[in-house]
Amino acid sequence: MDRTIYGFVFRFSKREQVFILLFTVLSLPFYYVSLDIPKLIVNNVLNEATVEYSSGSVSAGVDVAPRTFVLMGYELFDLHRLWLLALYSGLFLLLVLINGGFKYFINVYKGRLGERMLRRLRYQLYSRILRFPLPHFRRVSAGELIPMITQEVEPLGGFIGDALALPMYQGGLLITALIFIFMQDFWMGLASISLYPVQGWIIPKLQKRVNLLGKARVREVRKLSERIAETVHSAEEMHANGMARWELAEFTQRMGRIFEIRFDIYNKKFFIKFLNSILAQMTPFFFYAIGGYFVITGDLSLGGLVAVLAAYKDLPPPWKELLNHYQIQADAAIKYDQVVAQFATPGMREENIVFGDAEAPRLEGKLAAVNLKYEEDGDLLIENLSAEIPLDSHVAVVGDATSGKGHLALLLARLLDTSGGTLRYGQAEAGQLTEAATGKSIGYVGASSHLFSARLLDNLLYGIRQKPQAAREDEGEDRRRSLARYIDEASKTGNSLDDPEADWVDLEGLGIATREALIEAVRHALIVADMENDVYLLGLRGTLDPEARPAAAHRLLEARHMLQTRLTEKAYSGLVESFDRSAYNLNATVGENLLFGTPVGDAFDLDQLPQNAYVMEILGKAGLVEDLLSIGHEVAQTMVELFAGLPPDHEYFAQFSFISLDDLPDYQAILRKVERDGLDKLEAEDRMKLLALPFKLSPARHRLGLIDEAFQARILEARKAFAENLPENLRDAVEFFDVDRYNAASSLQDNILFGKLVYGRAQAQSKVGELMSDVIETLNLRSVVVEVGLDFEVGIGGARLSPAQRQKASIARAVLKKPAILILSEATASLDGSSQSTILRNVREEFAGRALIWVMHRPSQARGFDRVLVMSGGRLAERGTYDELVDKGSLLSELIAAE
Amino acid sequence: MSLQQDVDLLRNIPLFAKIEPSKLKLLAFTAQRLSFGEGDIICEQGDEGDSAYIIIDGEADVIVATDNGPVTVATLRKNDFLGETAILCDVPRTATVQARSDLETLMISKDLFFQLVSQFPSMSIEIMRELARRVERTTAQLREAVSHGGHTVTRR
Repeated sequence: MDRTIYGFVFRFSKREQVFILLFTVLSLPFYYVSLDIPKLIVNNVLNEATVEYSSGSVSAGVDVAPRTFVLMGYELFDLHRLWLLALYSGLFLLLVLINGGFKYFINVYKGRLGERMLRRLRYQLYSRILRFPLPHFRRVSAGELIPMITQEVEPLGGFIGDALALPMYQGGLLITALIFIFMQDFWMGLASISLYPVQGWIIPKLQKRVNLLGKARVREVRKLSERIAETVHSAEEMHANGMARWELAEFTQRMGRIFEIRFDIYNKKFFIKFLNSILAQMTPFFFYAIGGYFVITGDLSLGGLVAVLAAYKDLPPPWKELLNHYQIQADAAIKYDQVVAQFATPGMREENIVFGDAEAPRLEGKLAAVNLKYEEDGDLLIENLSAEIPLDSHVAVVGDATSGKGHLALLLARLLDTSGGTLRYGQAEAGQLTEAATGKSIGYVGASSHLFSARLLDNLLYGIRQKPQAAREDEGEDRRRSLARYIDEASKTGNSLDDPEADWVDLEGLGIATREALIEAVRHALIVADMENDVYLLGLRGTLDPEARPAAAHRLLEARHMLQTRLTEKAYSGLVESFDRSAYNLNATVGENLLFGTPVGDAFDLDQLPQNAYVMEILGKAGLVEDLLSIGHEVAQTMVELFAGLPPDHEYFAQFSFISLDDLPDYQAILRKVERDGLDKLEAEDRMKLLALPFKLSPARHRLGLIDEAFQARILEARKAFAENLPENLRDAVEFFDVDRYNAASSLQDNILFGKLVYGRAQAQSKVGELMSDVIETLNLRSVVVEVGLDFEVGIGGARLSPAQRQKASIARAVLKKPAILILSEATASLDGSSQSTILRNVREEFAGRALIWVMHRPSQARGFDRVLVMSGGRLAERGTYDELVDKGSLLSELIAAE
Repeated sequence: MSLQQDVDLLRNIPLFAKIEPSKLKLLAFTAQRLSFGEGDIICEQGDEGDSAYIIIDGEADVIVATDNGPVTVATLRKNDFLGETAILCDVPRTATVQARSDLETLMISKDLFFQLVSQFPSMSIEIMRELARRVERTTAQLREAVSHGGHTVTRR
């Protein structure tokens, strides 16, 4: 990258800067003329000539004799005096418009240039992050990098647009105005610039000190954001050790430092401003004194003085702008220096290696390392290591934590660059391969892996998206045009020309033609990684859009029907109460029974049903409101009786009560009011509170005996009325239960179950769960469920999955891309024993005939591998088969004994 | 199967006879009605225990695993209490209980149980009485077993 901001500006915006300059110069003559016109009006139209003529023509009092039209010192023609005034005024107006137009055009042009340069700079910085050597990420934190690319460079954009144009333009204005003043009178000109040398000498000195403070401020703020990022990451440790107080003290200290610096900056900055404005105010003093003297002595016309004063009015703004620009440029230069220095890391990978898209050669033969060396911060971590691994064999690498086995895995996966020696994959020299090539043909999974905040499927396909495959099929004319615009703009700033919306998944490379085949391949990879069942369970809890996938929805309905049939078998009888439009569901709440469907959105949220006007209208028509009120009253009575005596923090409030502890006094008050005045005298708000209670009541669960058959029958009527009269705008707010229709708002398992588990039946959940998976198995629906599970959004960093699931997902990701070499570095260390051995067995089977290099966290697992490499202190201590090595009191046997 | 029925039912069990009605109602409300089919296992010997059961209807066998295979040591009936040992002494379930017929129970969680015991001394006395009766019964069985030459007696 360019060392200074001016280097960057010249390299990437020479043409534009020249263009801006040209336009600025072009605009100056117009500006000059616009300065001249006031003088011409005063001298040629309004001036003392009136004195000469007025005595001659008493009657008129107005002198309209023709005068000469003078422009730029040329006497052009004579004109009626009033017309002349009109001509000058019109000309003045025209010039104002022209000057404004120039300003507008130049500003827009500069703005765009600044934005483009900012975009280019950010792109360059970000692409450098992608080229950082891995160990560098231990030294630099996200908290430092983020503000640099986001806010710190932001002002640079504005500056770059102005880098040349502003000093040129404002300088031009200043010089034009000065020339004008000098043209009027040399001494006036001298007076107006008399203080500039003082300003030009003292201001930079002060400015330099402000700049140094500015540098310090940038550094401190960067540290502050790093500190905040650290707090976010270490929240667990901070709370576990009760360190909040210390953290606050530490934060305060940093803020104090920043405050001191900023305050110092303000002091100096405003002193500079003060000095500037004082000096600027001095000049008019000279004007009035010297100019006035010249007018009196007749050396200068009054019009000349007026014009000089008018021109002088225009002097301070450009001068101020120039000084301001000087400050900004000093600031920008520092920021640029500081940011760029942070992004100039030694050992960065070459651009063509990281971004090049040269295809991978077929990796055949052997992986050969000769005298491999790896050094970090002066420590030799791998020393003269030579080994050959046939690319169809399975090799286990064992060693203790300091043996260098992890670094070896990273070197072999080419995630680290060697410090010496050679590494070849078959014919290919490791250093020559692009990352696109190694990314395709080498799989690597470390001890902890990262997932992106996207669907699980996107995460699994992350390993086969090295380059865009084909444009999207649904390309419309609009999209093509906007894409062309997008690419054109990107190319002007040296950005990536790839379309992120295109299909990047390389299915062809995997020999996959259809979506079904892809899902099967993904499922297979999940099975290898022992994660298929996890995804299946996610799928059962997920939802499916029946319009997008009608066939799957249809088959799920089949599963529902089969489950309904099987539920009549003796083993399952009485475990599920199915939804039946004409029957009250005793295991569902009153609200659920009334709605008889799944709410979509907030309108019919089950906790807020009484707040819904339509619900209340239906209940009113069915004459149920008073019943609900009296049931609510009884529920409140029972709850107050049961819970009033309990200590406030008792878990039963959360577990059983319809009334939260906070609301209990309210209800007690309501009950007292009812006792005094009767139910019908209750205020609307209190009625609402009582009404809300019965909606949560379920006869089978709460056994309060308040919901008798008559009431049930009337709820059923209300249910019918609710569905029949549902207004158009609420149609989409509920998805009704319909035995022959897939419910898009419910989960897969609720769709298959189509009912409620009966309350109080022992082991109902597990029995029905088994029955459900039996049905799914019988109907071959498992891959449909898994496919829904693949749509699961994993959350930031995969936080919605368990750590074990995240790890399994990254193993599946590596398996899915079918690499020629798979390197696992203690990838299963965080999993439980049974998962570990399942994955070990599956992966070895899957990679039969391909290279598998497995850095073991438990050396005994090396049994059965073709070869074992034993590392110790960065060297290869032993090599051979497990049986050869394990017997003779070797390092391997020691490691196993220590396990 | 209403709450009031459960309350009446609980009142007839000696253990709860002296508890005031509102507490009994809370007990009935927070206790869970749990029904088992014939042959279902209510609790398994050796498992962690976190609840006790009161039989409302039906019968259940208490089965103990011995070296000579499972032995049924008792049969529980309506109003009998089971599973309290595990939650009282924090030991794994001492026996397996299997439903002999369709079985209705009221399940009481460990927390609720302890709360009741600490609040109502009368309940503690009832439990002591019940436990003493069981010890006495076990001793008698042991005596009988010894005099019969070491054969375990099954009460079926």
